[in-house]
Amino acid sequence: MRITPIFCALLLGATATVSAATAQTGITVAVQLEPPNLDPTSGAAGAIDTVLYSNVFEGLTRFAADGSVVPGLAESWDISDDGLEYTFHLRDGVTFHDATVMDAEDVKFSLDRARGDDSTNAQKGLFASIASVDVVDPLTVKVTLSEPTGSFLFNMAWGDAVIVAPESIEGNANNPIGTGAFKFANWVQGDRIELIRNPDYWGTPAPLETATFRFIADPTAAFAAVMAEDVDAFFGFPAPENIPQFQADPRFQVIIGNTEGETILAMNNKTAPFDNVKVREAVAHAIDRQAIINGAMFGQGTPIGTHFAPHHPAYVDLTGLSDFDPEKSKALLAEAGLADGFTTTLKLPPPSYARRGGEIIASQLRAVGITAEIENQEWAQWLETTFKGKDFGLTIVSHTEPMDIGIYADPDYYFQYGRPEFVAIMDELNATTDDAARTELLQQAQTMIAEDYVNVYLFELAFPTVAKVGLTGLWENQPTQAVDLTGVSWGK
Amino acid sequence: MNRNLIIGTALTAVFVLAALLSFVWVPYDIETLDIPNRLKPPGGAHWLGTDHFGRDILSMVMTGARTSIAVALVAVGIGMGLGVPLGLSAAALRGGGLDEFIMRGNDLIFAFPSLVIAILITAVFGPGAVNAIIAIGIFNIPVFARLTRGAALGLWGRDFILAARVAGKSAGRISVEHILPNIANLMIVQGTIQFSLGILAEAGLSYVGLGAQPPMPSWGRMLAEAQTLVSIAPHVALFPGLAILLTVLGLNLMGDGLRDMLDPRLRVIRA
Repeated sequence: MRITPIFCALLLGATATVSAATAQTGITVAVQLEPPNLDPTSGAAGAIDTVLYSNVFEGLTRFAADGSVVPGLAESWDISDDGLEYTFHLRDGVTFHDATVMDAEDVKFSLDRARGDDSTNAQKGLFASIASVDVVDPLTVKVTLSEPTGSFLFNMAWGDAVIVAPESIEGNANNPIGTGAFKFANWVQGDRIELIRNPDYWGTPAPLETATFRFIADPTAAFAAVMAEDVDAFFGFPAPENIPQFQADPRFQVIIGNTEGETILAMNNKTAPFDNVKVREAVAHAIDRQAIINGAMFGQGTPIGTHFAPHHPAYVDLTGLSDFDPEKSKALLAEAGLADGFTTTLKLPPPSYARRGGEIIASQLRAVGITAEIENQEWAQWLETTFKGKDFGLTIVSHTEPMDIGIYADPDYYFQYGRPEFVAIMDELNATTDDAARTELLQQAQTMIAEDYVNVYLFELAFPTVAKVGLTGLWENQPTQAVDLTGVSWGK
Repeated sequence: MNRNLIIGTALTAVFVLAALLSFVWVPYDIETLDIPNRLKPPGGAHWLGTDHFGRDILSMVMTGARTSIAVALVAVGIGMGLGVPLGLSAAALRGGGLDEFIMRGNDLIFAFPSLVIAILITAVFGPGAVNAIIAIGIFNIPVFARLTRGAALGLWGRDFILAARVAGKSAGRISVEHILPNIANLMIVQGTIQFSLGILAEAGLSYVGLGAQPPMPSWGRMLAEAQTLVSIAPHVALFPGLAILLTVLGLNLMGDGLRDMLDPRLRVIRA
């Protein structure tokens, strides 16, 4: 019994220190999904980048908050006239968190590892055109491409292309060692990841001393955590219906940003009846996008008519091709010999855009005679049977990678398009560096997949951030999946 | 007449009637979404308000009653249909190897937490009302088997059974003609209780997404979907919740009342 007062005093002291730290120089933020491991160069999960991109790991180039590609670990670069040789000039004095120096050897190691035969990089395509990587001197790297790649600097900004060190790569899955403004401190699996400021950062040091990521998957728990101020900010708040309450609450600021998330009703293009373009067009005309945006997302989201982000300069508005017209839909079904409609499956992963959107879509399809049998799936099950196993008629998912129209060139991708003419456009695009010509090609590609009604393009996912008033420097949009805290501070 | 029985039967009857009525008539079509009219509070046009898709909650609760009652009824049917014969055989062959086998098999099922196994079954065979019925039904088997065996064992020593045996009736005939009628009361009472547990289990499975799939309405899923809406439209969660509460309460009161009425010994003690 005698130790109790001492223990209490200790406890009080500890609590006081912690709360003082959080009030001024620390932050606790929440996101929905926890990363399965912490190595962005070998894991596919977007949640890895959410926590680590820019905070812990950096690449040669990087995405700025507005989506533009800016210098990262490479201070500048020269491109040869034929577009095949990129000479990167690295920043001087950059060290990894384990105090080893970041130099040209690390860059060569990272790129060779990512493009190697046994690489498990989730986006190997980013490195496909690299022919060789040569160290010129410790601060200069020359990358030679096998063909001109217009998007090469953009590719190097992805989270999958960050620079890692051979000394620490083995441990990165659990103890990530990067060059960023924050160092990894602790991971309590199932609960949180803690980062601390890197005092030896090469650039502007982070204003925050500590940053804690918490993982709250359940929308109700997310609402409670923000309301109770257990977290200072929630990135990608999962329940759009609660947003108006936060907007009305003077304690919070709500930022509705745009994302690279094209939400689509995907159709299995290789299986009947979706192998018939008339049927796909019929499905497209049966869908009322605005009703889905209102009903499932409480008004958040921008309608899209093709697989492209509407805030991108090369976007073409093709929503008119698939306007809501149930009569036309019925006529097309009749032309396809399915006047009495048909029955198919609709597989729905957990997010509310899919679960709620799916019920609305099933109801809209029923109106033209198509019966969509809903099956709700967990992510693991969806990835295994729907995405990999291609066992579906219809499914709803949001494709959050930036500039990912290239997935339509892969005939083995789950919706199985891969029309040769489209592949040709993509090949030409990859070989083109001129901006105007690229835009032209991108628009051709957008139009082709819209006219082929590969999928029903629903809307661009909105990205709601709820944060306490006073926090500044938050990213508004999601040019890539990232919660970049390097510029965040408690402003006055 | 006992008060529990009256209240319980009345509550149960309301939901059974609502479920039956929903086959021929509901106030609004629940397959048509009316998003502009969503989250309307209870009032004139929609007595219990509308949900997040603008569907009429009264119609949803009525049709949901159908799902709950159907799942629970069939599940209890499975439990009784398999459990009672198993219990009767075990009692008839008391002490034998088959008795051991049946009862230890039952213990095995009993040893698992029922809802966890129900989740496992629906996770393996896919979510849906039919698999929910099977999952809930399996756990009703040992309940009825044990009860039947226990009650039947007591009867086997009685004189009238002895008389039947002397008259040359087989164990099977005795079980059906003499034992079963004498334990029917117990089965009815237990059936009522299991029925209410079945409704709860169905709601639980649907709540975690393993029960009836949309658009088939289910009280459990209505609750799950209302979860994030509680702070802006509490009625969306209130009515399916009340429906579950009142049905389960009604069935339990009815079971209690039936037991009091059918078991003369209890009636004496309570009086």
